[in-house]
Amino acid sequence: MAEKTVATSSQERSTPNREGTRSQERYVTPPVDIYENGDGLVVKADLPGVAKENLDVRVENNLLTIHGKPTHVAPGDSIHREYELVNFFRQFELNERVDRSKISADLKHGVLTLLLPKAEEAKPRKIDVRIN
Amino acid sequence: MAQWNPFEDVDALRREIDRAFEGFGSRHAPSERAAFLPGRGPRRYPLINLSEDKDRLYIEALTPGVDPQSLEVSMLQNRLTLAGEKSRIAGEVKPEAFHRSERASGKFVRSVELPVEVDETAIQAEYKNGLLLVTLPKAAKAKPKQITVNVA
Repeated sequence: MAEKTVATSSQERSTPNREGTRSQERYVTPPVDIYENGDGLVVKADLPGVAKENLDVRVENNLLTIHGKPTHVAPGDSIHREYELVNFFRQFELNERVDRSKISADLKHGVLTLLLPKAEEAKPRKIDVRIN
Repeated sequence: MAQWNPFEDVDALRREIDRAFEGFGSRHAPSERAAFLPGRGPRRYPLINLSEDKDRLYIEALTPGVDPQSLEVSMLQNRLTLAGEKSRIAGEVKPEAFHRSERASGKFVRSVELPVEVDETAIQAEYKNGLLLVTLPKAAKAKPKQITVNVA
């Protein structure tokens, strides 16, 4: 799985600029875990403050795009700030072997879990070796 | 004959320290640092934002993926303590099965000294979309009081 955007080569540069013609919005790359289980790949991304209706996950031309917009606005006047809630954006290039029709997504407690099942033909097949 | 100049040594030491701390601080300005959570390393966790209005103090902590059962918010004197555990990935995943592992996990605790006195009996905490939101009503004596000016 290759990453499309030039992401987190160093943590200082954690704000890749996503170019737009109009919007001046800032984006950050959410940290992700990607691992394999028996059926395919699991992608977990931390997207704090993003509600289900403001999350956009799509697959187009083998490109998986995660785009989330946190909507929580702190009430009152700010007196101490350690972070800013800005939009999340990250792209990954998917392998041909992912069965795109069976991708499922779940958002819980600010963590997005994506299941990317392997296509049938890509699953390992056991071949019996006969020894004569 | 070479003369020992103590100031030269102090100057050299100072330059060395400056070099070691070069750029420290400047790039850690809160406005520059975004919501990205590198997770690993000896840093404060969770990151918090503090805001207030006339009657209340609001704390917002960045805690995605924390098991709500493990969250503990407690108050002792003027210190608010946030504790919890960010769960590991369910089940056993072999290290070699990981393609990327950027999210941290584990137990955390952080105490915050509050700038004003609060009413400890009326503190409310909510866990929503991975944010821990604590609302603390200010104590009566910490609220601003309007004083009318009598014109003589």
